[in-house]
Amino acid sequence: MSEAIPAETVLDVKNLQTVFFTNSGLFRAVDDVSFSVRRGETLAIVGESGCGKSVSALSIMRLVPDPPGRIVGGSVTLEGTDLLKLDDAAMRSIRGNRISMIFQEPMTSLNPVMRIGDQIIEAVRLHQKVSSKEAWKQAVDMLRLVRIPEPERRAQEYPHQLSGGMRQRAMIAMALACRPALLIADEPTTALDVTIQAQILALIVDLQQRLGTGLILITHDLGVVAQTAQRVIVMYAGKKVEEATVESLFETPLHPYTRGLMASIPAVPSPDAKADVRLVEIPGMVPSLTRLPPGCAFAPRCKLAIDRCRQEYPPLDEVKSNHWAACWRAGEMAEAS
Amino acid sequence: MTEQRPLLEVTDLVKHYAVRGGVLRRQVGTVHAVDGVSFALGAGETLGLVGESGCGKSTVARTVLRLVEPTSGAIKLDGEDIAPLSKTALRPYRRSMQIVFQDPFASLNPRMTAGDIVGEPLTVHGIATGAKKQERVAELFQQVGLRPDQMKNFPHQFSGGQRQRICIARALSLGPRLIVCDEPVSALDVSIQAQVINLLIDLQRKQNFSYLFIAHDLAVVAHISHRVAVMYLGRIVEIADKHELFANPRHPYTQALLASVPIADPKAKRTAPLIDGDVPSPINPPSGCAFHTRCPYAIDRCKTERPMLQAAGTAHQVACWLNDGTGRSE
Repeated sequence: MSEAIPAETVLDVKNLQTVFFTNSGLFRAVDDVSFSVRRGETLAIVGESGCGKSVSALSIMRLVPDPPGRIVGGSVTLEGTDLLKLDDAAMRSIRGNRISMIFQEPMTSLNPVMRIGDQIIEAVRLHQKVSSKEAWKQAVDMLRLVRIPEPERRAQEYPHQLSGGMRQRAMIAMALACRPALLIADEPTTALDVTIQAQILALIVDLQQRLGTGLILITHDLGVVAQTAQRVIVMYAGKKVEEATVESLFETPLHPYTRGLMASIPAVPSPDAKADVRLVEIPGMVPSLTRLPPGCAFAPRCKLAIDRCRQEYPPLDEVKSNHWAACWRAGEMAEAS
Repeated sequence: MTEQRPLLEVTDLVKHYAVRGGVLRRQVGTVHAVDGVSFALGAGETLGLVGESGCGKSTVARTVLRLVEPTSGAIKLDGEDIAPLSKTALRPYRRSMQIVFQDPFASLNPRMTAGDIVGEPLTVHGIATGAKKQERVAELFQQVGLRPDQMKNFPHQFSGGQRQRICIARALSLGPRLIVCDEPVSALDVSIQAQVINLLIDLQRKQNFSYLFIAHDLAVVAHISHRVAVMYLGRIVEIADKHELFANPRHPYTQALLASVPIADPKAKRTAPLIDGDVPSPINPPSGCAFHTRCPYAIDRCKTERPMLQAAGTAHQVACWLNDGTGRSE
């Protein structure tokens, strides 16, 4: 696995459009979003609830519930194959094999009446021709790989006998059992305690680098992004508003929404910052996707908004090298900083 | 903080839950949810309570309000022990203690208008009715940043952040002296969290009540609190002024907790080693210091004797045998 060329693109998403048909009208959950992930690379997708980050992931997996949702445009190319063109059977042979996914809540994504080992075997035997004995051995090896103590015993246990952190490790073992090319982790540590979160993130990153898996990390936590990702895309109201390397994004965020997010999270107090600074608020709230304003969706909450923002949607421009932002005033911000 | 008589003084608070099993539902074990917690909270002060899930922080909050009956211990509000009071005797004290819950979707009655929700405590305690009540509710709406014309709307017509504002208005309606906030912003989006945190701070500056603020997000707790108490398996392991705690954490658990927080700066490096393993079960907590099973510095004494909170510098107390005021453990 790891002998492949490191810069190889695993996943290429182009102009993805996913819409939902609801009683209150059509809304574009993912609107013309493009991104790519290379082997061994971590791409973080950041945004608040309803920004389309989870629907993007489900679209890649072709798991968008239809109806009401439908992928209406774009392409999702995994290792040279456009997943959107595959029939259901072909997609099933890829799901869990070449791409797999870890969800937020490990208890609801594990089958409560199946032993942990059997759940991992299920994924392995679906995609590989191995005997059940061989598959069980692989399952135990996977549990060892995710550093579950006493893997032979744990494989025999049921999900309720494991702690939250241990369950998430079992999920990771299951997801990586077939050595996928791409792993999608949707808020993998949000339900976990902070010391366990640190363990799980360290584990995911370590395994990903050892196995050369491409990783899409969906999160709302900028701290997690800074500590784990190499590249970041920021989404707002179904659109990609900014993309950059993690260093560039945190050094000079070029979209007012990204700037607002960074200013609104409290920092852990340091001894030199004695005075309490007031948190910067982003006024208003995330707009409803069925009633998006014309022009930039963030304009009604943006301090920098000018008339043009309210009329025309800004293009996603490469404002600095390898740093794209969809904002009419990104150029000014880049010069000022 | 001015150290006259504290508004709230909790001494040796214990809450045990029985675990029953078998056909006869005999008690087969005890959950040590809160195991001897003591702290004081001054008027106008905010005490943050942090810890991981199952450490007992929410149980402390609920026991202080007598929403959960304590097994033993004293809860003094303004010098009066409210722990042994009967429900009727407790009623006047209820006015001065209010709570804001985590989930603003679950803690508002969907069939009542926002105005009725905020006004209900006024009716229940017989403070105001009719036009006077409406006037007071409108005033509360303005205080929390809602428009009085939204009083006739139902909870589903509000966003998450606005619903939390309704919960805060309801808590404020009786002019409380203590507000317990149990994870008040963790269900909210990042851009909305800041709005609610700023609102809570502004209200406290104007009205000078105290907060017992519970959250698992250390940065949020640190931002809003004056002092912070760290809990582990039903006990407070360290309590200090927030700047002191973050600059000079003395308990190995606090150190690990602080080191685990992901910092929103790609250049920042992790400082301390991560701790391994999970929190042990509170049904059979480890002997001695409950943290000794995961502590990288544990000595023999930690396994047998329970360390008590001891002064370690000014306004700083720590429960660790290696930190008896002599310095850090390494």
